[in-house]
Amino acid sequence: MLSVKGLNTEYKTQKGPAVQAARNVAFEAPKGVFFTLLGPSGCGKTTTLRSIAGLERPTSGEIEANGRVVYSSAQGVFVPPNKRNFGMVFQSYAIWPHMTVFANAAFPLEVRKNRLNKSQIAEKVMKVLHAVGLDHLAERDATRLSGGQQQRLALARALVMEPEILLLDEPLSNLDAKLREKMRFELKRIQRELGLTTIYVTHDQGEALALSHEIAVMSEGRIVQIGSPRTIYERPANRFVADFIGTTNFIDGTVLGHDDATKLYRVRTPIGDLLVTSDAPLAGGAPVTLSIRPEDVELTEDAAPEDRLINLSSGMVDAKVFLGDIVDFQVKVGDVMLLSRAHPSLRTPVGDKINIRMDPLKCVALPAEPAVAAQAAA
Amino acid sequence: MAMEAAATRNPTGDRPESAYDARAPLLGVVVAAIAWLALAPLGFLIWQSFMTPRVGSRPARFTLGNFVEAYASPDTLPLLINSLEFAAGASVLALVVGALLAWIHERTNTPFKSMIYALSVVPLVIPGILFVVAWIMLASPKIGLFNLAFQRTFDTDATLVDIYSLGGMIFVDGLHYSPIAFLLMTAAFRAMDPSLEEAAMMSGASTTGVARRVTFGLAWPAVAASFLILFIRAIESFETPALLGLPVGIEVFTSAIYDAIHRYPSNIGLAAAYALLLLALTGGGIWWQSRIASRGGRYATVGGKGFRPRVMDIGGWRWATGGFFVVYALLVVGLPFLVLLWSSLQKFYSVPSWAALKNITPKAYATVLAYPNVATAAWNSALLAIEGATIVMLLTAVACWIIHRTKIPGRWLLDGVASAPLVIPGLVMGLAIMVSYLSLGGGVYGTIWIMLIAYVTRFLPYGMRYNTTSMIQLHPELEESAAMSGASWAQSFRRIVLPLLKPGLVAGWIYIVIVSVRELSSSILLYSPGTEVISVVIWELWQNGQYVELSALGVMLIAALFVFVMAAQALSRRFGVREP
Repeated sequence: MLSVKGLNTEYKTQKGPAVQAARNVAFEAPKGVFFTLLGPSGCGKTTTLRSIAGLERPTSGEIEANGRVVYSSAQGVFVPPNKRNFGMVFQSYAIWPHMTVFANAAFPLEVRKNRLNKSQIAEKVMKVLHAVGLDHLAERDATRLSGGQQQRLALARALVMEPEILLLDEPLSNLDAKLREKMRFELKRIQRELGLTTIYVTHDQGEALALSHEIAVMSEGRIVQIGSPRTIYERPANRFVADFIGTTNFIDGTVLGHDDATKLYRVRTPIGDLLVTSDAPLAGGAPVTLSIRPEDVELTEDAAPEDRLINLSSGMVDAKVFLGDIVDFQVKVGDVMLLSRAHPSLRTPVGDKINIRMDPLKCVALPAEPAVAAQAAA
Repeated sequence: MAMEAAATRNPTGDRPESAYDARAPLLGVVVAAIAWLALAPLGFLIWQSFMTPRVGSRPARFTLGNFVEAYASPDTLPLLINSLEFAAGASVLALVVGALLAWIHERTNTPFKSMIYALSVVPLVIPGILFVVAWIMLASPKIGLFNLAFQRTFDTDATLVDIYSLGGMIFVDGLHYSPIAFLLMTAAFRAMDPSLEEAAMMSGASTTGVARRVTFGLAWPAVAASFLILFIRAIESFETPALLGLPVGIEVFTSAIYDAIHRYPSNIGLAAAYALLLLALTGGGIWWQSRIASRGGRYATVGGKGFRPRVMDIGGWRWATGGFFVVYALLVVGLPFLVLLWSSLQKFYSVPSWAALKNITPKAYATVLAYPNVATAAWNSALLAIEGATIVMLLTAVACWIIHRTKIPGRWLLDGVASAPLVIPGLVMGLAIMVSYLSLGGGVYGTIWIMLIAYVTRFLPYGMRYNTTSMIQLHPELEESAAMSGASWAQSFRRIVLPLLKPGLVAGWIYIVIVSVRELSSSILLYSPGTEVISVVIWELWQNGQYVELSALGVMLIAALFVFVMAAQALSRRFGVREP
């Protein structure tokens, strides 16, 4: 169990004012959970992870792991990183080039206060090397490992100390695409088997969705949404999350009213009046931004039967891109361009009329952010 | 809630940047040691320059007289002019010869050109004083072989060359340091992207147009920076002006400082006043050089990447360049070494002839080895070199760690302080340290310790350079992962940082050992009976006119340094040592 409360960390720069890298970050990762900090570069996710590790000293806040306070500005506690017993895998792997594979993995056990004897160390190291599939390379020089093997060794070194928390800083980002997919599964398997509370940092939404029990999306030093992968994807809390995770269509509109029978809202948009869903109550007349995922914009050539519970519209195919397993359609509805992801069997030519169906539960109303919208447009 | 005993309590919330454990004492000691070594002598030197000489029981008083004597006297202007002429001449000669060799080596198909690199170790294996002595034996008006050969051949009394002149000083010093210029210019040639020249050619420029507008335009920052490095080195030069200039009254600042200390009564205040001007010259030169170097950054020629330069076929000219190289090799290594070897095998110094050839005897080697102070000096030199190099490399390893790994405010100052001795000529350093420990008392003056202090201080900048290069290449995450593995700072420094710095540590250590053994200009002011080093013994033998014994000792020293350099290179290859 890891709990972070009110964490603030700033960077001193050579010139100019200190940079607020983490602002009031708070979350709780229950025991055994794979928790991901997700965000674009510079959003403060790595700073947050390094603050948890103790490599960065926060300005204020509290960090508690399994009931032990490792940092608290109020109590004046700062446990140095080497006394925290957190395992960490670095982005560069930080494999020590002057040691063998075995020596790298044995290091955490050798520097411990209450040292184990040689055979105990060897037993533990070989066990963990076996778990990551490197036991046959134990005596090899660490520099003679491939990227994927170095990554496993870094993981083995973090696991051998039987850490309370496992911290992973973009561990897959230096691998090529194929290997990354493979390691994704392996990492998930090892984490689930050991039931280790894991904090994972990445900018890759696919990785985050694939691996995590819970995701915290960060932007400009703050956590903007915490939730399960499905919640984050299907019910983004704001425009930033909807935009950062996956691809989406944004449509601005005005709330007309609440439909009590369906518990949906009616919103006037440039492509017609739509039924939409919202987590927060919306007042009539309020401006909103709708987010509709391309795969939720269904296209059909035949006229669909009238259904009060389905949003219907029609437009003209403006462009399409064939990607093999899917076809991306750009459909022009009035002045609005909608992106739709369709099955390759749909072969409507460019310039033809096409019908659009959208499930109201997949049309998510977000608070309108005029400033952000203006920024994105500029 | 269990609280870790090792947790650092920080009630004020005002945080020191040290995120790890109690390493502060060690870092404090290192910073204090470097600050003391590099700054205290300068402070004492400045203080001394405002004091009258202490004669007998009369104590020193405050005075501006030293500066009046040093700078208002009519002797000073010629001194300054001599110094500048000598330094400019020697550095231009070295640069021209070095650049020519670099061009021959990098861009032409001259025969034996691969041997030019081997010559670059010459200034390392032939110490300055031996090189000057060898050239006296070759070109002095009375005993010089060139003159004797000339006089015999043409049956005349005229002298062909006179080494005891400003021209002679420039020639000897410039020649001795031309291999350094060769290395500097080679680096500049290598850093030049040939596609820049090719682009000029494709744009329609002629060969000379390319050379004039592109090649030279790209190379000039490197040329200017190399010139300043050589100029600073030449203005610090002590052996050449002392042996060639002083006997005929051509004084430069270094020899004037030596003279002021060794006259009776010695005038240390005057020496200090001269030293400050010399310091201003070298300091200005280094500042200018670093400005050129930093502005050179915008010339994309200085990339991390080495380029394979284009090699030109220069046809028949290659025999001319080859001939130039052979003559150069003779002048810089062949003749100086042979003349030392010859005279070391004589009973009394005599000119090579068939008659003298019959008198060849290795007796001088036995004689010189039997001198009690030679064994002491050899022992002292070895001890000082090894101790000094070890202390410098370890001190600067910690200092570089502080500069590149902590966030302690003002840490960059440490870099400046530790690199400051680079600006201080050896003779000035010797003087400053002598003044410091004479004033402080404590019995350090006159012991071997004061020499150790001088060597460590002088060679701190080399240690900084070697360690900085390797520290920059060390990814911070390598240490952070040790901390996350539970290692204390000491464990991580000993088991991760030092082993990874090892190639740089070994290379720097070897270099400092070599330059320590050759060191004369600081030692000459600091030695006492019993603490002589080998270069001081050579100096004394010269003063006593024992040329034969000097030559024997010189030949042995060159052989020892040569063996050490070869062994070190073999060792370096094993460790994968990189040059900084």
